[in-house]
Amino acid sequence: MSGELCGIVGIGQTPYCAQRADVSIAGLCREAALNALEDAGLEWRDVDAVVLGTAPDMFEGVMMPELYLADALGATGKPMLRVHTAGSVGGSTAIVASTLIESGIHDRVLTVTFEKQSESNAMWALSSKQPFSPHINAGAGGYFAPLIRSYIRRSGAPEHIGMLVAYKDRLNALKNPLAHLRIEDISMEKIESSPMLWDPIRYLESCPSSDGACAMVVAREALAKDAPKKPAWILGHAMRSEPTMFCGRDEVNPHAGRECAKDVFNQAGITDPLKQIDMAEIYVPFSWFEPMWLENLGFAEEGKGWEMTDEGRTALDGDLPVNCSGGVLSSNAIGASGMIRFAEAARQVRGDAGDHQVPGARTALGHAYGGGSQFFSMWVVSSEQP
Amino acid sequence: MSEPITQIVTPTSLDYTFTAGGATERFLRGLKDGKILGQRCPKCQLVIVPARGACARCGVPTEDDVELADTGTMTTYTIVHIPVPGSDVKPPFVAATIFLDGADIGLFHLVHEVSLDKIRPGMRVKASWKPQEDWGFSLTNIRYFVPLDEPDVDVTELERRIAHA
Repeated sequence: MSGELCGIVGIGQTPYCAQRADVSIAGLCREAALNALEDAGLEWRDVDAVVLGTAPDMFEGVMMPELYLADALGATGKPMLRVHTAGSVGGSTAIVASTLIESGIHDRVLTVTFEKQSESNAMWALSSKQPFSPHINAGAGGYFAPLIRSYIRRSGAPEHIGMLVAYKDRLNALKNPLAHLRIEDISMEKIESSPMLWDPIRYLESCPSSDGACAMVVAREALAKDAPKKPAWILGHAMRSEPTMFCGRDEVNPHAGRECAKDVFNQAGITDPLKQIDMAEIYVPFSWFEPMWLENLGFAEEGKGWEMTDEGRTALDGDLPVNCSGGVLSSNAIGASGMIRFAEAARQVRGDAGDHQVPGARTALGHAYGGGSQFFSMWVVSSEQP
Repeated sequence: MSEPITQIVTPTSLDYTFTAGGATERFLRGLKDGKILGQRCPKCQLVIVPARGACARCGVPTEDDVELADTGTMTTYTIVHIPVPGSDVKPPFVAATIFLDGADIGLFHLVHEVSLDKIRPGMRVKASWKPQEDWGFSLTNIRYFVPLDEPDVDVTELERRIAHA
């Protein structure tokens, strides 16, 4: 990262739930945007440009929703961009918005992501029959379950690790009033007895289908310093991608993810992530991805990520709290899920994360991934101005 | 007053004309004759199936067709317990990644005729073909794979060989 310093001055979310029948997609996005503007003490006229991120159009069946949403997001007469990088889009959208500040092009940018799964069939939208192939593509779970099986074989991780991640994230969700799934009587037994969907992924080890939106306002250094609330400062951001299929591709611990993590930590001056990162919001749509990404990100050696989970080190009171908000396992408005990770990391370093605050968090990682574990976006944010 | 309308369902559909392209066309024509064709990368020498006409690892065109065996090693799998809308494959079914003998990349297909508690990575499998009169230009000419009575293959070793090729 280079150029102007960029700060996050406003964060706004909607509550996440199964169905927001009271608002349209435009209403949902506007609600998050207004919350972000209010948090920043700003009004529509203070925004120079709008960057919107969305999941595939197939999800809601609305082609090019950025055109229809421009008016609701106050973009009339202003630059409007749309970002799409599959599941990682929430993260890459925040990064694109930040680069408009860092490049010196704009002073303040509003960035918004959303999903309204109640108006869509996201679970199956991308699993239609492919030409000349058996029709066995069973949604995201069907795609990722074999990768989890590979992880279990390679690492020798015991079978309860996935359930432990789900239990931890669901406990965290009880501290987050915005979370979609808040299961008061959650227990390991309840998770274990939930139906097996895509072996080894159980129902309660999977993300829900959520409606919701997330927005942020990012600003250049001088404006961020003068913002009414403490900003989160962006120390680094990175994106990487790689093809879905090639010979020798490591789908469990993808090269693109490892390189993306190295890059973002290098920008942020982080040489020992486990020591220097106080908390992480990591994109975990199926429980087992917590240990897998801990390794991919360099928090654990290859094959050892599950030990961190097992020892409780990723719990809210552990030495690397992961997904204190409840994570994607508790709220999955797909297009927004990556940005929620980025925003929750920023909330933590602003000391503004409510009951799921990690005391004294100064440096946090936001992470998102998408496609067949092939698109990555990450940022590191800090309470301290560099 | 009548009930307010908040949402309506409007199903849409898209029809595509699929243009296979040179490499995939040869792959599909091969299947019609009961052959599984891959292509060898001139640079890394690894064999890609289905043939795509290029090696995504090296970024070079591939031209050498290689006929592959219909036997292979199952490297990983999932047991799907929920129905896939519009599919006639009934749950629970085993969807598996199979490295055909001679290929260096996995093919995603079904494994049947195995009890679900016996399934494991490294299992040897063989294609179960439909009757020849039912063959079309499709991987569905193979109904599914079935276990072969052969010793398991070390998947870690298989992955290492390809990664370091």
